[in-house]
Amino acid sequence: MENLLRMDRMPHIWCPGCGIGLGVTALASALEKAQIDLNNVCIVSGIGCTGRVAGYVKLDSFHTTHGRAIAFATGIKAANPKLKVIVFSGDGDLIAIGGNHFIHAARRNIDMLVVCVNNFIYAMTGGQVAPTTPLAAYATTSPFGCVEPPFNIPYIADSSGAVYVARWTALHVRRLTNSLTEALHKKGFSVVEVISPCAMYYSRINRLGDGLDMMKFYHDNVEIRHGEDTKNLDIGFQTKIICGKFVDKERPSYMERYNQWASEVRGASNES
Amino acid sequence: MKANPKDVLTGVYYIDGDVAAGYGALAAGCKFIGGYPITPSTEAAEAFARVAPKAGALFIQMEDELGSMASVVGAVWAGVKSMTITSGPGYSLMMENIGLGAMMETPFVLLNIQRGGPSTGVPTKTGQADMMQSRWGSHGDYEVIAISPDSPQEMFDYTIKAFNLAERYRCPVMIMSDECVGHMTEKVVIPPADEIELEPRRFYKGPPEEYLPFKPDPDLVPKLARAGDGFNLYITGRVHDERGYPVDKEEFKMKYIRRLVDKIRINKDKIIELKEEQTDDAEIVVVSYGISSRVAVKGVEKARSKGIKVGTLRLVTVWPFPDERITELAKRVKAFVVPEINYGQVVFDVARASHGKANVVLVPHGGAGVHNPDDIADAIEYAVREDKKIEGVVEYKTRLEKLVFEGGYKLKE
Ligand code: SF4
Repeated sequence: MENLLRMDRMPHIWCPGCGIGLGVTALASALEKAQIDLNNVCIVSGIGCTGRVAGYVKLDSFHTTHGRAIAFATGIKAANPKLKVIVFSGDGDLIAIGGNHFIHAARRNIDMLVVCVNNFIYAMTGGQVAPTTPLAAYATTSPFGCVEPPFNIPYIADSSGAVYVARWTALHVRRLTNSLTEALHKKGFSVVEVISPCAMYYSRINRLGDGLDMMKFYHDNVEIRHGEDTKNLDIGFQTKIICGKFVDKERPSYMERYNQWASEVRGASNES
Repeated sequence: MKANPKDVLTGVYYIDGDVAAGYGALAAGCKFIGGYPITPSTEAAEAFARVAPKAGALFIQMEDELGSMASVVGAVWAGVKSMTITSGPGYSLMMENIGLGAMMETPFVLLNIQRGGPSTGVPTKTGQADMMQSRWGSHGDYEVIAISPDSPQEMFDYTIKAFNLAERYRCPVMIMSDECVGHMTEKVVIPPADEIELEPRRFYKGPPEEYLPFKPDPDLVPKLARAGDGFNLYITGRVHDERGYPVDKEEFKMKYIRRLVDKIRINKDKIIELKEEQTDDAEIVVVSYGISSRVAVKGVEKARSKGIKVGTLRLVTVWPFPDERITELAKRVKAFVVPEINYGQVVFDVARASHGKANVVLVPHGGAGVHNPDDIADAIEYAVREDKKIEGVVEYKTRLEKLVFEGGYKLKE
């Protein structure tokens, strides 16, 4: 684990009771289990609390602009398809400001693993409403309760073309690690959502206790349903959360298609 | 380093400036373009997309310009030369990740085929009103290099030069062209590969554990590495130290950001390219760039035929700005005449560098067309007749301006 972290950057900035660190732990174990040459792995983050992940992981790491991690990673993958690319960022970064890149990278089936930490709120800026904030939940910019229905991330990923989609909470580190290990071996656009407590803002503003209380809530309210239709994965305010692996399919990746097409073009021009 | 014959479409062509830039990128060894279609730049992207596969290169049409620019920065860090192509509205969207590129000291090229703005403006017609945006468009302090070709041949040649400058100084380089040059069709000669000199990437060669991605060489430019080579790079858009680690303190901010600016400023003389004619005994010097310098030729000839001593100074490099040269000339010329297709951008830098020693006359053009050369000739005549020292920039009223405005905005639609 320690060989995967930049120990010279510790202590990290995350609050006690935050779930992001557990996501990082799961990724580190998955990288070890997957036995991939770490020199060939890149990690890209956007902006936000989760956006800091790239900076703590001892891989080739890129801390980019808000929302653009997937687009940046697309360039990396296209330029050097040998690299295994991981995008590790938050729900606001990937699904709000970066939503367009998310759906299009899924549609193209760019070969990358996207780990999306979903804490239902904009945490780095102090608890504003997110595109994942459950209806009626409080946030500083929805002081009377969120009036917008949230996105169901696995459903967006699935319907946009992702080949692997799973959801776990920060409590399910072992299952999360297994999913990440599987997803690391997958060719194509893979998405793992990690429901995570923001002890500082989301739970405080909504009077849900501390990080531990949130973990307890996950323990009591998570239902594991592998293969569940992604349409059914909406999350309400303090309602049950369905976790599991929902999608695991094969589809040619962008680079596979491009290379096949390019070699046909080259072949045709050599004949002429 | 010579160009790779596989990348060079040696031959004589009759093509437009956009296509020439696409072929220039290929010849420069560009292996990745992330772009989004926008008039009047699309032909450059199409040309590259057509020829890319044979050269082992890739064009990807991203979902928007934010993604295009971000993908280019990513591709460079994965080890390849990269470019994007755009125009006005797309250029605005790219500003965010141009700043990221500058902050990460990423060498890339951006081709902007300028059109009329603001906003959607006049999409199919020319303009030169993104010049200040090319310099200051992204937030924060940084310096870029901007060059402005004026013919399809130059679009080919200067696209290669843009890549060389980007690699040399690890910074974004903007090719600030415009619709006229982009869509102008002329003869373009593409030489054999062994006649094209390329600047190799300044890759770090020492032991990985000693590499500092932002430790400058004496010329203030650091060596580059790429992902996948065992460096455990940490590259961030935050202000960072030589390791790449974020720092917040004001003295560090000063130290590290100052270098982003200085690495261009101290190397200015090596970067700047100017084309000067008959400035030795000139009374008036016409300062121009891009398509306006082509249009100015006729106006200058007309003024010369009337016996006026007019020289020309063409800014091939617009940024960094050639302050010293303008200051020198200002000491001995009567005035500068600056035609540009905007209501005054580069002209204010001419005025700044003149230090009040010479008059500065702007010949404006609102865009969607180019100057009437007669206006440039008349502005030269006016400037040579004017004996008063005029503070600031004086605006010459062109025929079109008079037609539009003197009727009290009563132009028939
Ligand atoms: S603010 Fe919330 S998400 Fe951010 S580190 Fe603290 S607990 Fe975690």
